[in-house]
Amino acid sequence: MQDIFQLAYWIPLLPLLGSLLNGLGRRYMSRSMAGWIGSLSVLGSFVLSVLVFLHVKSGHSEVIHYFDFIKVGTLTIPFSFQLDALSSLFLLIITGVGFLIHVYSTAYMHEEDPDQFARYFSYLNLFVFSMLLLVLGSNYVILFIGWEGVGLCSYLLIGYWFKNPAYTAAANKAFIMNRIGDLAFLVALFWIITKSGVVGFQDFFSFVQQHQFTERFTATDITVITLLFFIGATGKSAQLPLYTWLPDAMAGPTPVSALIHAATMVTAGIYLIARSNFLYSLAPHTLHLISWVGLLTALLAASIALAQNDIKKVLAYSTVSQLGFMFLALGTGAYAAAVFHVMTHAFFKALLFLGSGSVIHAMGGEQDIRKMGGLSTKLRITYFTFLIGCIAIAGIPPFSGFFSKDAILLSVFLHSPLQYGLALFAALLTAFYMFRLLFLTFAGQFRGTEEQKHHLHESPWAMTLPLLVLAVLSVIGGWVGIPEVLLPNAEPLIQFLSPVIPVVPHAVSHETEYILMATSTVLVLLMVLAAWWRYRHYQPGVSTSPFTRLLENKWYVDEIYDKLIVQPLSWMAAWLRSVAEAKVIDGFVNGVGRAVQYSARQLRFVQSGQVGLYVLLMVLSMAVMLFIQFFIRK
Amino acid sequence: MPINYYLFLSLALFTIGMVGVLTRRNAIIIFMCIELMLNAVNLLLVAFSKMHYQAAFEAGQVAGQAGVDGQLFVFFIMVVAAAEVSVGLAIIVMMYRNVHSVDINFLNRLKH
Repeated sequence: MQDIFQLAYWIPLLPLLGSLLNGLGRRYMSRSMAGWIGSLSVLGSFVLSVLVFLHVKSGHSEVIHYFDFIKVGTLTIPFSFQLDALSSLFLLIITGVGFLIHVYSTAYMHEEDPDQFARYFSYLNLFVFSMLLLVLGSNYVILFIGWEGVGLCSYLLIGYWFKNPAYTAAANKAFIMNRIGDLAFLVALFWIITKSGVVGFQDFFSFVQQHQFTERFTATDITVITLLFFIGATGKSAQLPLYTWLPDAMAGPTPVSALIHAATMVTAGIYLIARSNFLYSLAPHTLHLISWVGLLTALLAASIALAQNDIKKVLAYSTVSQLGFMFLALGTGAYAAAVFHVMTHAFFKALLFLGSGSVIHAMGGEQDIRKMGGLSTKLRITYFTFLIGCIAIAGIPPFSGFFSKDAILLSVFLHSPLQYGLALFAALLTAFYMFRLLFLTFAGQFRGTEEQKHHLHESPWAMTLPLLVLAVLSVIGGWVGIPEVLLPNAEPLIQFLSPVIPVVPHAVSHETEYILMATSTVLVLLMVLAAWWRYRHYQPGVSTSPFTRLLENKWYVDEIYDKLIVQPLSWMAAWLRSVAEAKVIDGFVNGVGRAVQYSARQLRFVQSGQVGLYVLLMVLSMAVMLFIQFFIRK
Repeated sequence: MPINYYLFLSLALFTIGMVGVLTRRNAIIIFMCIELMLNAVNLLLVAFSKMHYQAAFEAGQVAGQAGVDGQLFVFFIMVVAAAEVSVGLAIIVMMYRNVHSVDINFLNRLKH
């Protein structure tokens, strides 16, 4: 077989072509044609990705140089792709889950006009292209191009229904929040270029290895660069303090939430840090900070998810919380566990989002879970797959979420018992709110209107098929990372990633591991029971405690940000508008104009039309000039 | 003859011309006064030219008696003045034809 790496450039190119076709030809495109183009281009990428993955698995890895992107002085930024374990794994996730979501979208978006439908697929393909560029790039600049591309596509797709001002506002919020992180990313990038003069991952890491803790690359440099990259990651991956855009991003179509805001884009921050793991291992302070930020985000978002009533909002906060888990894993040095959780999370969270989309589809656009209930008999496939997703995210063996979460918890336990306790608590909250969501949606009596009840129906195959595939993946996806204690010579994922992420052998006895697993499993099952007990016969209108109200209002974080940042900025802008702009600048400009007018009005009398006067003035001024010439100017 | 005499004469001529231009309202008189001023300048040029070359000759720097630089200027001024007279008189004639007067205060329409 020809070396598959030579064809790697087709992986991002196909979605780009699909995007261009759909975007430019959207007026001439029927719905099915746009859907086919969109889906097939990603399917093509997926097939190539599988081939690349297999090639990488057989022990190859390569940096493929295409052309010099920027060449200025001594700085050369090549446009090149890095094909190794980490990027090929992300390729599989992006194109695989991406393809399923494209197929799902063909049915979900079917009520759109054909040109809008094609626009949607154009954005979606562009997103896949950008995301592939992000993970394929072999240096920080190419990564940054993809990073900005996915941010743009996220903005476009959140604001897809741009006629709704609230959705546009949500899109703006997502974009602006991301910009804050992107600024930090850029500063880190410039810092790297200034210090080392190279941007390639391999070049830079070997530079760091050569010069670490010397004059050319001090410990401060490492800490600052890692911190700045982490700030960038908090923006893109919705961590404290920049997470508030992600729940609002649910304004976009549900498949978009599944693809961008659950499975792929929000994991870009984790990819960045996992890719730079060499650097982060040299910065213990940054890692410490990351672990706490991740942990607090996981706890905060999980607590908010407990009291949300919008089906997508619950999933959004759940995503923030799970991303917090991934950062916690990164912070404790378990990069492979974080990547593992990215993978399993992509499966079950995409499944859950698509399932919620199926529910919303059946309910005719209703998203409030208080008005659902009893859907399990009507939406059998959706219910079944949603249940699998819930079990997977809750972390019940042998579903995928259990293994990845267990790997994270084990690493946290070795790192700090206090953090372990908090992380376990967050995991229990996860189980509780997910099963609350499940029971409120599918169990009990139907609480919607009669008309909705009449229209309840299972979704078409284009929606249920991706659900089924993702459900299967949610079950078996974790088996690539079964810990050694359960299955000797297992953990193929960690072995596979070892060229990029060095394997850290952890010294922990088998008994401890068994105890940890058993504890978390038993407690999670208890939480599931508690959720069942509490919500199986839910009736709306139960009185809420102040604490619940606090959670329902998301700890008032948005309001606090509004008071602390947005309003002072608005005041400052208003002050600048009313004082600096209106008085100072306008005053100056108008003053100049008025002075000219006034002096012109006074000078007008000189133009009397009397030739004698003109001559007199001429003579006088000549006399003055002569006087100056002879007596004043020396 | 001392140079001072020429200077005072030309200064007197120039002043008469200037005062005439400033005070009179008849365009033809003003015109004549302008000529007077030009001729005052011509006189001055010739006088200075003569003085200048006399001094240089006595110092042994030049061979000839009379300098021509200042006198050349005078010829130019005369040519320009002649041209000016022809144009100016034509303007005055047209002015008279249009407004039946040569009073320059009558010509203040430009201000409107």
